[in-house]
Amino acid sequence: MIAFVLRRLASAVPTLFIVVTISFFLMRFAPGGPFNLERPLPPATMENLVRTYQLDQPLWRQYVTYITNAVTGDFGPSYIYKDNSVAELIGKGLPYSIELGFYALLLALIGGVTMGTVAALRQNSALDFSIMSLATVGTTVPNFVVGPVLTLVFAIALSWLPAGGWGDGSLRFLILPMIALALPQLAVFARLTRGSMIEALHADHIRTARAYGLPARVVVVTHAMRGAMLPVVSYLAPCAAALLTGSAVVETIFTIPGVGRYFVLGAINRDYTLVMGTVILIAIFVIVFNLLVDILYGLLDPRVRHD
Amino acid sequence: MADKNETILAIRDLKVDFTTPDGTVNAVKGISLDVRAGETIAVVGESGSGKSQTMMGIMGLLASNGTVTGSAAYRGRELIGLRPSELNKVRGAKVTMIFQEPMTSLDPLYPVGRQIAEPIVHHRGGSYKEARKRVLELLELVGIPEPARRMDSYPHELSGGQRQRVMIAMALANDPDILIADEPTTALDVTIQAQILKLLRSLQERFGMAIVLITHDLGIVRHFAERVAVMRRGEVVEQGTTADIFERPTSDYTRMLLAAEPHGRKASPPDTAPIILEGRDVVVDYRIGGGLFSGGAALFRAVDRVTVRLREGQTIGIVGESGSGKSTLGRALLRLILGSGHYRFGSTDISGYDRSRMRPLRKAMQLVFQDPYGSLSPRQTVGEVITEGLLVHEPDLGKAERDRRAVAALKEVGLDPDARNRYPHEFSGGQRQRIAIARAMILKPKVVILDEPTSALDRSVQGQVIDLLRTLQDSHRLSYIFISHDLSVVRAMSDYVVVMKDGRIVEEGETDRIFEAPANAYTKALIGAAFHI
Repeated sequence: MIAFVLRRLASAVPTLFIVVTISFFLMRFAPGGPFNLERPLPPATMENLVRTYQLDQPLWRQYVTYITNAVTGDFGPSYIYKDNSVAELIGKGLPYSIELGFYALLLALIGGVTMGTVAALRQNSALDFSIMSLATVGTTVPNFVVGPVLTLVFAIALSWLPAGGWGDGSLRFLILPMIALALPQLAVFARLTRGSMIEALHADHIRTARAYGLPARVVVVTHAMRGAMLPVVSYLAPCAAALLTGSAVVETIFTIPGVGRYFVLGAINRDYTLVMGTVILIAIFVIVFNLLVDILYGLLDPRVRHD
Repeated sequence: MADKNETILAIRDLKVDFTTPDGTVNAVKGISLDVRAGETIAVVGESGSGKSQTMMGIMGLLASNGTVTGSAAYRGRELIGLRPSELNKVRGAKVTMIFQEPMTSLDPLYPVGRQIAEPIVHHRGGSYKEARKRVLELLELVGIPEPARRMDSYPHELSGGQRQRVMIAMALANDPDILIADEPTTALDVTIQAQILKLLRSLQERFGMAIVLITHDLGIVRHFAERVAVMRRGEVVEQGTTADIFERPTSDYTRMLLAAEPHGRKASPPDTAPIILEGRDVVVDYRIGGGLFSGGAALFRAVDRVTVRLREGQTIGIVGESGSGKSTLGRALLRLILGSGHYRFGSTDISGYDRSRMRPLRKAMQLVFQDPYGSLSPRQTVGEVITEGLLVHEPDLGKAERDRRAVAALKEVGLDPDARNRYPHEFSGGQRQRIAIARAMILKPKVVILDEPTSALDRSVQGQVIDLLRTLQDSHRLSYIFISHDLSVVRAMSDYVVVMKDGRIVEEGETDRIFEAPANAYTKALIGAAFHI
């Protein structure tokens, strides 16, 4: 087990390196630059900026410098938020994104699995149909629609909850963005759970469990559900990485000071260092969660052993 | 000992219906049957006869579109229409079941000991810890080696035979009155099959439970059951003592079933017949595991220095249990798996041939598989399925000519030529196997490798397919390699037999010699298990 974790962590290094390299060059090959603004800067200022940020150096040297600095934890200054380094920006925003993402993940997982299980147990009933319709809505309606609608209803019309901001960080402020963030993932979990539950309930060993007079609760929870959770667990890794690293749309709508918007803003403004910082952040989250999920998978399914 | 005249399960006018999009299917049409204390009663029938669904209906295990009506009284207590919570007190305690699929009937995620303990805990109370002693006892009883260690094993760590023993342990856990065994040995190799049946019999002698044996295999019934009920299309056509059914059958269907055991022998081709396909010192290794970061892979030798020479007009039967390497050998001989060794097709040395150089020869060497359900594409019409090879091997043929060949091929295998416009799922298993044979025959091959071509078929259908294969062999001077674990079919079909075990040939010779005077201990065991259970 320890050997497995170490091996996986070792393989994470080349993975990260490849991700960083590809993003670095992709970003540089995109037209424009961080200082090409709508109103062009005076040539002298421009030259000054370019020299300060060493953008006049050959590309390969910039790359080497970036990698060398990144290894020591220096991800450079942001070109747009000039007073901050990328590390500072992410360090400040990440706790907000993680807290919101964690609640959204919890809601999506618990809500989705429950709904999916109920739908599977009542396959082809009206209840199944309504749950699956809801799941379709969850996947098809984008969160830039869900967000404002939630605000309109619960914050403005009913005045039950605040319309945005982090406030004192209490749950009241989190409820609406959490729902907007969780809804699409909840729909995916519900669909996945329903599908794998239906399959699990038709397995031969479920017939055995019923033939041996085990109560329905034991048949469903102990025997069907554990197997049915395997595909759900697999999806957990990309989902957790996506939710915990924030969402540009949801954070913008609800004015939450997380890191979600940096990726989009950085890309639009050719803020090379900021984009690279977010890419590395997301890559690390994906790698770590994939590892955690693989460990969890091994605990759930004895046929998958890590030794 | 139980009183064998006491009826403990009385089935009266039992019906099982399934609601399907095409209307209601009456799977069981009002049957009556008694199970007496301590007896072994066999319910025999081919697929679709309703033999399994009868028991599933009584045990409340029908699929969700199934309904059961009528009466089934266990010691005077009506089981049909019982609430699930009430039915749960009977099933798994007094009436237990074992199933055909030992591979999938156990939950892969829990240790076997825990699964055996589950019905004990649920029916008798107590904790899993307390149940461990009983589980250990049960595992010893069913002959699992090292039971104390094995109880913490997972199903995938056990062999098929061991898993079936675990199922039997589970079935015995609460001292049942009736043990329903639904094709308990069908998925197992013959030698394992004999062991499991012996175990069931000795357990019955010791504990005196009644056994209801559901099976399609008359060989098992004759040696195992005291009474037999023959089912066909949802009805019991005949029931009586085993002796009566086998010696004095009254219904035509029973007589047909009894006669359906494959018969006939094949004469050897003349010694002057040229060798058409040869593999010398065939070795096939499989890599197991291995990956970028997980270190080296292990090699598994599936076929170990095997030599086979097939003469024109000959049928070589390759027999062996699962994992013996017989299917791998068949594929290696056709160079579908690239093993090492020397290969010859007719006078051509094909040892070094790769895929593209093999392609022109493929027309003359065809393959028919076991599973008539999985080996035909469900998205192609039968006509497309059987003419696909012509598109590759005779691309100059016109559409009309291809169609003419398809009609001829279908007629030859005994199917209506109109079949070519329909899809495989519209045909029965036997018909699909005929389609698969037509697909091979349309190319006018010289060698056909038949990989368990009859194993998925009912006995009566099996006989017809064997007859067809024989006729085709005579009329086209075909050479067959007939791979099967079913010794009675091999005996009827082939003139030469190769017995394989663990990738090696343990014995080979003329069919009669092998079956009448086997020299090797393993061959003896195999034949003993197959013919004298």
